[in-house]
Parts: sequence; C-alpha cells; structure tokens
Amino acid sequence: MAKVYITTPLTEEQVRGVKAGDEVYITGAIYTARDAAHKRMIEDLEAGRSLPFDTQGAVIYYVGPTPPKPGQVIGSAGPTTSYRMDKFTPEMLRQGVKGVIGKGYRSDEVKAGFVEHGAVYLVSTGGAGALLARTIEQAEVVAYEDLGAEAVRRLTVKEFPTVCIHDASGGDQYYTGQSQWVKPDAMVKPKKPEAGE
Amino acid sequence: MRDVHVDQIAETIARLVQDANFKLEQDVTDAISRAKSLEEAPVGQAILLQITENYTIADTERVPMCQDTGVALVFLEIGQDVHLVGGSLTEAVNRGVATGYKEGYLRMSMLNDPINRVNTKDNTPAMIYTDIVPGDQVKVKVDCKGGGSENMSQLKMLPPSAGWEGAKRFIVETVANAGPNACPPLIVGVGIGGNFDKSALLAKKSLLRHVGAPHPDPEWAAREQELIEEINKLGVGPMGLGGTVTALAVHVEFFGCHITALPVAVNIECHSHRHKEAVL
Ligand code: SF4
Repeated sequence: MAKVYITTPLTEEQVRGVKAGDEVYITGAIYTARDAAHKRMIEDLEAGRSLPFDTQGAVIYYVGPTPPKPGQVIGSAGPTTSYRMDKFTPEMLRQGVKGVIGKGYRSDEVKAGFVEHGAVYLVSTGGAGALLARTIEQAEVVAYEDLGAEAVRRLTVKEFPTVCIHDASGGDQYYTGQSQWVKPDAMVKPKKPEAGE
Repeated sequence: MRDVHVDQIAETIARLVQDANFKLEQDVTDAISRAKSLEEAPVGQAILLQITENYTIADTERVPMCQDTGVALVFLEIGQDVHLVGGSLTEAVNRGVATGYKEGYLRMSMLNDPINRVNTKDNTPAMIYTDIVPGDQVKVKVDCKGGGSENMSQLKMLPPSAGWEGAKRFIVETVANAGPNACPPLIVGVGIGGNFDKSALLAKKSLLRHVGAPHPDPEWAAREQELIEEINKLGVGPMGLGGTVTALAVHVEFFGCHITALPVAVNIECHSHRHKEAVL
C-alpha cells in the first residue's frame, strides 16, 4: 500500500502507477455524474450528440452534493453507491474515462472493463461528505442543470482522498482487504474476483 | 383532552430534520468510539477517524454530515388524550419536512413517482408512522434515512422449519451482500415474525432503539449478541476495506406470527444514523 498523487486528466502511465490498495490523492478537474446524468449521457451518445465534457483521461465522481450554504463552494459531497452506474460504466470507459470514484461493489462486467480499457475504480469514505468537501476548491454546473443535485458539475479538487479498489490489472482490494480479516468460521466468505490476473 | 396545534408539530419537524443532519446523537458517537477501541485493521481505524472528523466538522459548521440527507422518517406517538387542531396532520408533517430541508440547505432527494421520477424539490413525501399511545403528549421522532443503506435491506418469508439458524443465516448473508455499499460500520435492524409488512416495520422501528442497547428479553438479547459476533466475523470492516467492526449494533424486535410463517426483515442503517426526538 502506497500513497499515490495523481493529476487529471489521467495518462495511461498514471493509471498503471495505481495499484489496488493504494491511497490515491487526486488533484485537478473531476466531473460529477450519478444515475440520472449517466442516463442522459448515454442518450446523448445514442442521439449522436457530444458529451458535456472531454472524456479522454477523465475522472467521474458519483456524487449528488447538498446545495452550498451562502459563502460555500459546495455542500456535503461524499460518494454514492456505484453499482447503480454499472449499466453505464462500460460505455463511459469506451469513451476514454480513466477513473471513477464511488463506493461499493462493481459487477464482473465493469471489473473486466477496468482491465480492458486500462482504468481504475477508486472509493472515498461514504458519509464523510463534509470532510471531503474541504478538498473541493471550485464547483460549476456544466450540463443538465435541471437535474439539480444530479447535474454534471466540474469540480476542481486538491488531493481528494480515495483508495483504489480495482486497478487496471485486475486487482481487487475489497477481496484482498476483507480476506485478511474474515474469520475461518465466518458464515459467508469474501467473494473471489472472477476477472483478474 | 389536550389540544396540540399541528403547526407546532410542523415547526418541531423542521428543526429536527436539520439538527439530525448536522449533529449525531450521543448513542451514535459512543458506538463509533467503541468501534475505534475494537477495530484491529489500520485501514479500518483510518476510516473511523475520517468518520469522526467528518461529524465534528458537520456539528461545528452546521453542515450536513452526508450529502444524502435522506428520506424523512417521521414517527409520531400520539397520546390518546390529545386533540390535534389546526388542520391536516399529514400536511403539517410534510410542511415541516419541506421547511426544514430548505432552511438547512439539505438535499432534495424525493421523487413524485418511482417510474416517472420527477423530483418534488422539497423532499416530500415524508414517511409517516403513527402510533396511538396512552397519555396527553405527542412524541415526535425523526430519522433521516439514507438511500444507500436502505437499498441493501431485505425481507424473506422463511419456512418455519428454517428456525433460528435459517433466520440467522439470512441476516448475516444480507449484511455480507450489503458490504461496502451500505457504508459500514452498520446498525442492523431486524424484525422477526408478524407478517410480511409487520416484520419490515419491526425492523425499521428497531433502528430507533438507543444504539447498542440490548433487547429487554434475555433470550433475544443473547440472539442479538450471536448475530453481532457472526456479522463481525465477516471481515467486511469500515467501508468494506477489511476489518473487525462491520456492525456497531444489531437490534432485533419480534412479534407473534401464523403457524405457517417465519418472516424475517433486515433493515440496514449506515454509520450516519441521524435521529432526533422531541415531546410536545
Ligand atoms: S449509506 Fe448513509 S453514510 Fe452512506 S452515503 Fe448513504 S446516507 Fe450517507
């Protein structure tokens, strides 16, 4: 487990430098999108329209922040559960997205996608939205303003703290981390990754 | 008979939903401190530290501790000698929720319809639970319940032959499946018995218990203990990154049931367990 500092947009080399279990600190622009925004983006692509941001090397953060109080850049801004985006993630990876931030398990198809497209899955601490917001220096809505909290925002972050769960070579930190602590007589064992090297 | 104006209920709810989102009650912070003393994994410790820093910021700056400021669950225990005056109780509750979520800059997460999915922009409708109890007071309890943990909840109509062992397996499997999705360490609410909907209601109401307080019946308290031990063997740990504390507490409530039935409901609550109450 290492501490890795990355700057967006991500290059292939940066992605290769991140391993499952690393603490990863992100600096630069990242884009927010959750269920409704993903659905719109996929519809845009199907209709031949361009996406609201440059997806090459982009990092997407699954978050729907609270509204800022007067004087705040953004309200609370922690991760939402990622599996709800599983349906859309393979297409986002094909579009060049190199990193996604959320929390929780991903489908086997999405995990395989991280390997195939050379991308990483990062998680931040769910329920720590007030703390995480402190690393967000700017926030502006770039698309789908009518979606409110679910609009696509460009966030400028400084050393936004995450942990890498799935790296580009099939590493699975949920499995590795939980396997270390599961008791031999536990009723359920951590789920073995299917994809991976 | 004692008159209670529904506006008073609305004002109370508007205050409670904000307080709940900004400041954890002591039963929750105590449970998190206990978790810190029990967690063996360094990464688990690091997550618990972030959780503590986070709720401290939320409290001092009066900002929501989590961006999912939840569905407003409103539990009303209405004394049977109370006369509610001033209009519709349901409207008053929703008015209170709408006001509180707006004033507190909380996130509007509620939709008008599960398929059409249009945001109502005031976080209504609230989920309202009423009980008629002896006395002439109104007790208002509010729980702002996040979607991530609620989504990991499960209900199963087990055959009676499954018994306690079958129920235990279902509960532990539900927690294992929830894993990091539900933001552990968790409070696991279990309802056993009654019927389909009663078991779910028991599970939900069990979450309102003082976190970690055992069931008053020693046999059921022992079952709760058995469950938390099994759950903490899973190795899921804080945020699922691996560790020895997956649950802060397990609360079980039971009720009599039909000879054919063994309903079991598991309602999952995250560490951001935001509850407040007031008596009018
Ligand atoms: S599960 Fe709880 S702590 Fe996690 S994001 Fe949802 S409301 Fe917040």
